[in-house]
Amino acid sequence: MWAEWGQFLLALAVAVAGLQALFGLVGAARHRLAWMVAARRAAVAQMVLLLTAFATLIGRFLASDFSVALVAKNSSTLTPWYYQITATWGNHEGSMLMWALALSGWTAAVAWRSDSLTEAMRARVVGILGAVSTGFLLFLTLTSNPFARLVPAPGQGRDLNPLLQDPGMIIHPPLLYMGYVGTAVVFAFALAALITGRMDAAWSRWARPWGLAAWVFLTLGIMVGSWWAYYELGWGGWWFWDPVENASFIPWLVLTAFIHSIIVTEKRGAFRAWTVLLAIAAFSLSLLGTFLVRSGVITSVHAFASDPARGLFILGLLAVTVGVSLLLFAWRAPMLAGGGAFAWFARETTLLINNILMSVAAAAILLGTVYPLLLDALRLGKLSVGEPYFVAVFVPLMTPAVLFMAIAPFLRWKQDEWSRLARRIVGDLAVTMGAAVLLLWWLDHLTLRAWLGMWLTLWVAVGSFRLLAERLGNRMEGQSAIERLVRIPGSWWGMWLAHLGVGAFIMGATLLGAFEARLDVKMAPGQTAELSGYLFRFLGVQEVPGPNYTAMRGTVEVRQGDRLVAVLTPEKRSYHFSAMLMTEAAVATTLWRDLYVSLGDRVDGDEWVVMLFYKPMVLFLWLGPLLMAIAGVTAALDRRYRRTQAAAMPTVALAARG
Amino acid sequence: MRWKYGLPLIVFAGLVLLFAFGFRLDPREVPSPLIGKAAPLFSLPRFVDPQSQAGPQTWQGAPYLLNVWATWCVSCRQEHAYLLQLKAQGVRIIGFNYKEVRGDAQLDARQMTVQAETEFAWQRIGEWLRDGGNPYADLVVDLTGRTAIDYGVYGTPETFFIDGAGVIRYKHIGPITRELWEKSLRAKWQALQGGQ
Repeated sequence: MWAEWGQFLLALAVAVAGLQALFGLVGAARHRLAWMVAARRAAVAQMVLLLTAFATLIGRFLASDFSVALVAKNSSTLTPWYYQITATWGNHEGSMLMWALALSGWTAAVAWRSDSLTEAMRARVVGILGAVSTGFLLFLTLTSNPFARLVPAPGQGRDLNPLLQDPGMIIHPPLLYMGYVGTAVVFAFALAALITGRMDAAWSRWARPWGLAAWVFLTLGIMVGSWWAYYELGWGGWWFWDPVENASFIPWLVLTAFIHSIIVTEKRGAFRAWTVLLAIAAFSLSLLGTFLVRSGVITSVHAFASDPARGLFILGLLAVTVGVSLLLFAWRAPMLAGGGAFAWFARETTLLINNILMSVAAAAILLGTVYPLLLDALRLGKLSVGEPYFVAVFVPLMTPAVLFMAIAPFLRWKQDEWSRLARRIVGDLAVTMGAAVLLLWWLDHLTLRAWLGMWLTLWVAVGSFRLLAERLGNRMEGQSAIERLVRIPGSWWGMWLAHLGVGAFIMGATLLGAFEARLDVKMAPGQTAELSGYLFRFLGVQEVPGPNYTAMRGTVEVRQGDRLVAVLTPEKRSYHFSAMLMTEAAVATTLWRDLYVSLGDRVDGDEWVVMLFYKPMVLFLWLGPLLMAIAGVTAALDRRYRRTQAAAMPTVALAARG
Repeated sequence: MRWKYGLPLIVFAGLVLLFAFGFRLDPREVPSPLIGKAAPLFSLPRFVDPQSQAGPQTWQGAPYLLNVWATWCVSCRQEHAYLLQLKAQGVRIIGFNYKEVRGDAQLDARQMTVQAETEFAWQRIGEWLRDGGNPYADLVVDLTGRTAIDYGVYGTPETFFIDGAGVIRYKHIGPITRELWEKSLRAKWQALQGGQ
């Protein structure tokens, strides 16, 4: 009964989404206030329906109802209850339902939490989101029904893929999906601007917080995914340029370009068509990411679903969505042209450079990800593009991006004098470049790559603190430093923190790359091995039962001199329903380093292969993005966005009635 | 300058055409260079008894279909039920299990020892045959996929039509369905009988 109920809710949601699109778009075009309000109500109704459907599905997992095929395939009675819940989205169908739920959540938020938008603008945005949702829900119900029955029902389920039985997997997919789907909101704002031909400062202030919110989720989602891969896969790596990782990173780069471009649109009225194009691209690439991951066209660590019918459906959805929006762009974007002119040495130029570099980087990574597929599709042979390609294109593109990132905030809009900043820029360049050489010489690791990373880290740090000092030291306003500190707007702090986060990330990646060490040793109980000044003593392996697995748990004591630093217990787990051995690494984390131990194969008797890793500064790989996410929240909460919106209200309500 | 706004659309349309064209190229139409040649010899462990080995030399004497498959392959699941019907009609089908563990995107075989991989493969194949029935007159297991390279296998399922003299007469890429069998494959099978 429950499964049919869930199916019924999904079918109803398709209809409601269709009505939402119809009422929103037609209502706005014909100035029918009642229709526009109906669209908004439909958005909320759709969210309630999908939430109930999702809860129903979770209920089936918790009840271990193996007559539902999805439950039988991804859960078992022995699976701990929290992994029974996460198993709901640890598979194709469930994760697609979550995608649709996230979309309806965003839509409902736009419908009810943006009182300041004009009613017509809001109806258009909600309508466009409804159209996207209709397409996606059709995909869900027609090709990936999560409630499909399995007859006869088996007595026991197959359990969740052990790789996914991990705390990181509880939050990674929801965060990432919120990010992916959040791009749909800015996409809808962009299309609404194209439809109306109106794209003023108010539009930018409306769209910007939504773009930032999506960016925050995407940042956190990618960060958690990388963290998960780091400790769960047991190889000690943190980014593999895996197609699925790239699929989330490409929209992130484009969205990063968007949140910079929209600043220029807001402050100077320039880059309008470009901002719209970035919004369209960000959502299109999120859809493409879903296609890449979900169609099975690539096989990688993450690609858990493979079915050509689904792939073709998403590809069709993608072609229609992108095709229609680009057609609209070709037709309407010329109306948006214009904006303030600017000299070559002005803040606009640096933001344009940022935009170009981010877009080119996104395109290069997209090429590297899709090129092998394209070659294969066109029967020109098989080939794989690996890390060397991505590093070779990414580093040269990001170096100037970071260079300009620390200069841009000092520049004035429209026009600035090179002579005003020349001495400071050249001085800081010389000092940071020199300091990086000295630092690495002292650390006894002077390589070009490490130097580049250290220089950029110092460059960002010096630039950031100089910027803050300048802001506080500006005496023109006649306030105390404290008063000036308090009066700095949220968006400024957002910029400052995010750029600092980039610096922290570069520092982590650079020092980790330069000083990490790894040792694979065969150890018998009592034997020791030394790595980077730490003494690892292997105490042997014991069998330990788990809820749905049996683990071989090794114990490794780590000492530095006489001091006991950590006792690590890496495991090799054998899950009952998959017979596959899972490596569970053990990590001891401090701010400055991780000690990472994972258990290899048993050689014979008590002897095991043990992999020891020393990973300095690895925490900064997650702290940097975390800082960026906090920055995004700070910027999105800037009071300016809410205040001006409220002021815009009355005129709009009139327009809607007219 | 209006035209420049159409550029993204034109580029995108180009990409879509490229993709559509790419997907239209049917991999099934690519002829195998092995057709008309003797089936490459090999010796692989039998599923029923991993200690004993089998290969084209064992099966010679009567025509057979060499069906390349794996339990992780979705289209193999579709094809499986029809293979059982073919078996009932007297078609001799030899199974060739391809990269049972290494080919599965859900698994990371790097984390396994050879012994664990073998045990795991046998367990999964056993479950598959028990649950879905066994259409195979004989079944060999190629865990590493090295033998499959000689046959130019690049995906599953693929089926080689081999005559009584051990010569490959036809290669079918993709699942065998009732429709395809009745339209063209049955004739190819019957031609094998005649060539004896």
